Amino acid sequence: MISATSSTLDFASSPINRSLTPARKIELFTQMVRIRRFEQAALKYYNGGKMGGFLHLYIGQEAVAVGTISLGGADDHFITAYRDHGHALAVGMGMNECMAEMYGKQTGCSKGKGGSMHFFAPDKNFWGGHGIVAGQTPLGLGLAYGLKYLGREGCCLCYLGDGAVNQGAFHESLNIAALFGIPVVYIIENNGYSMGTSQERSSAYNGCLAQRAEAYAIEWDVIDGSDLYEVRAKTQIAMERARKEHKPTVLEIDTYRYYGHSVADSRAKKYRTPEEIEDYKLNHDPITVFERRLIAEGVLTEELSKSIHQDAKNEAAASAKFADESPAPTVADISTDIYWESDHNTPASQIGHHFFND
Amino acid sequence: MSRTLTYREAIREGLDEELARDPNVVLMGEEVAQYNGAYKVTQGLWEKWGDKRVVDTPISEAGFIGMGIGASMLGVRPVMELMFWSFHSVAFDQLVSNAACVRYMSGGLCNCPIVVRGPANGGTGVGATHSHIPEGLFAAFPGLKVCAPATPADAKGLIKAAIRDNDPVYFMENTLLYGNSGEVPDPADGDFVIPLGLAEIKREGADVSIIAHGRSVIQSLAAAEILQRDHGVNAEVLDLRSIRPLDVDAILKTVMKTNRVVLVDESKPFGGVSAMVAMLIQEHAFDHLDAPIKRVCSIDAPAIYSPHIEHEQLPNPKRIVDKVLTLR
Repeated sequence: MISATSSTLDFASSPINRSLTPARKIELFTQMVRIRRFEQAALKYYNGGKMGGFLHLYIGQEAVAVGTISLGGADDHFITAYRDHGHALAVGMGMNECMAEMYGKQTGCSKGKGGSMHFFAPDKNFWGGHGIVAGQTPLGLGLAYGLKYLGREGCCLCYLGDGAVNQGAFHESLNIAALFGIPVVYIIENNGYSMGTSQERSSAYNGCLAQRAEAYAIEWDVIDGSDLYEVRAKTQIAMERARKEHKPTVLEIDTYRYYGHSVADSRAKKYRTPEEIEDYKLNHDPITVFERRLIAEGVLTEELSKSIHQDAKNEAAASAKFADESPAPTVADISTDIYWESDHNTPASQIGHHFFND
Repeated sequence: MSRTLTYREAIREGLDEELARDPNVVLMGEEVAQYNGAYKVTQGLWEKWGDKRVVDTPISEAGFIGMGIGASMLGVRPVMELMFWSFHSVAFDQLVSNAACVRYMSGGLCNCPIVVRGPANGGTGVGATHSHIPEGLFAAFPGLKVCAPATPADAKGLIKAAIRDNDPVYFMENTLLYGNSGEVPDPADGDFVIPLGLAEIKREGADVSIIAHGRSVIQSLAAAEILQRDHGVNAEVLDLRSIRPLDVDAILKTVMKTNRVVLVDESKPFGGVSAMVAMLIQEHAFDHLDAPIKRVCSIDAPAIYSPHIEHEQLPNPKRIVDKVLTLR
């Protein structure tokens, strides 16, 4: 994995970061902590048998979702793959609806029909939550195409993992993005592993994965994902390029996944040595790095940090209680949200059989 | 007043009217704009509507169909041409995991008002890769709608309904029908839309019901004439027109009228539209049947190339007549 650490540059002085108020900095720190605490609670209750399916944790990658989404304006849109909890909370979805979705409850953001991998909040410009590796990359292209078609100044940030860069759909999307001038920013969250296979064993590349964009005449950059300031500074450039010039960008954000591909990953503890993980926690964990930074700036105190952690922990615990106490969907709920016309009981839905149950 | 249009012209007229009606309708696909369409369905539309409304895409089905799905979630209404429906396989994930499921997985928060259209048929000497007939395949995915018109009027009325529908509609045409002519109502007489889910009796009869869709309707009508002329059998022909939603009432009504049924379906026999229709008939009209349900499908093999024999693999009037006569 290429090292994107840019220790010689201080992105705190970038205009987009200089404009951050102390309150906004605390808010961004809080968002990262909330994602971390939410997922730690999710892991606890997943292991406790409260949820089905998979649990793909975002722990260690928080600065990517929080940093990039913090730049979003009214017409900037977001779409990601199945490791979607961080993005969901960063766009403003509540812990309750997210936890309840994982619990498979009616109060979940998708009424218990989507699960962990399929969170959505179109009212917050968040379009999922998609389960098939790189399957969301043409959709992100389409959201951005839609913005341009409708004459709205905005862009779409489309996230994918480093394992998604070898899927055909992604390459098709890059070609069309460049060809049509589509305001999409592809963000490769590179945690080094394509499920259980390291980058070296899964991808052929020159220099880094984002460099493949050169073949499509698309601008690209590499970002240190442990530094929220750097994430914001470099992503902002790509978003402006998209909004103002209708040009795509590929960003590769070097990040780290503490846990396995999913909690069900049997080899989760075999990827990295304990020393490597310890070094990461101390020196590269985005929350630790930003906390130290804010304390040095005089914006944050250790006491305040502790209380932010405690509040987030309490909020996550409360969301688990909310989820636990919420009702499950009914058998009748299985048969709604399939067709728009049927859900709205339109004349079209009254003609012919749409469903073929006994 | 009706005019005579070809099936191709009828679809084009429907597309043109919907482009005029709704500025969010956009046509996209391979060669649909400057080349005027591989099968000339979109001829003249780029010249009339320009680059924004009629868009040439690269040969990149997963890319541009996925793009259309994403754009539809924001309110654009893409009508995407597959040069052949056979090319669905390279966009399958987009067609079934994204278009069919995004509404469900979002608990109803998203919708996907797209149309994917193009020819889906055998019989043109292009071999197995270009001769897939996937209407049964896609109708098997809840969240999708599928139709397969047989006549110019139905093609126009249904493409307009498909574009106005707020769910994904997969519209299956037929290269062997594009040149067929038929009466189509004049636009001056009002907006001509045929709702999805409504079958139509194309020929009244009393002795046996032949149920078909797409080009098989035309073959069935030819067979019905032979049956009448040579065998004194008065066959009723029901055109399903729409596969999902499906007009189950019309199916049961004709079966209860004639008490004998032959299903004609260009799909392969395993699964597919006719298998579903047979299941519905036995479940809901068992006591009305005087004979087992019979089918004429494509012969169960990949589509053969040889122009000498290809028509024998598909349902044709002779095979349909022979099958009907086994019921006597």
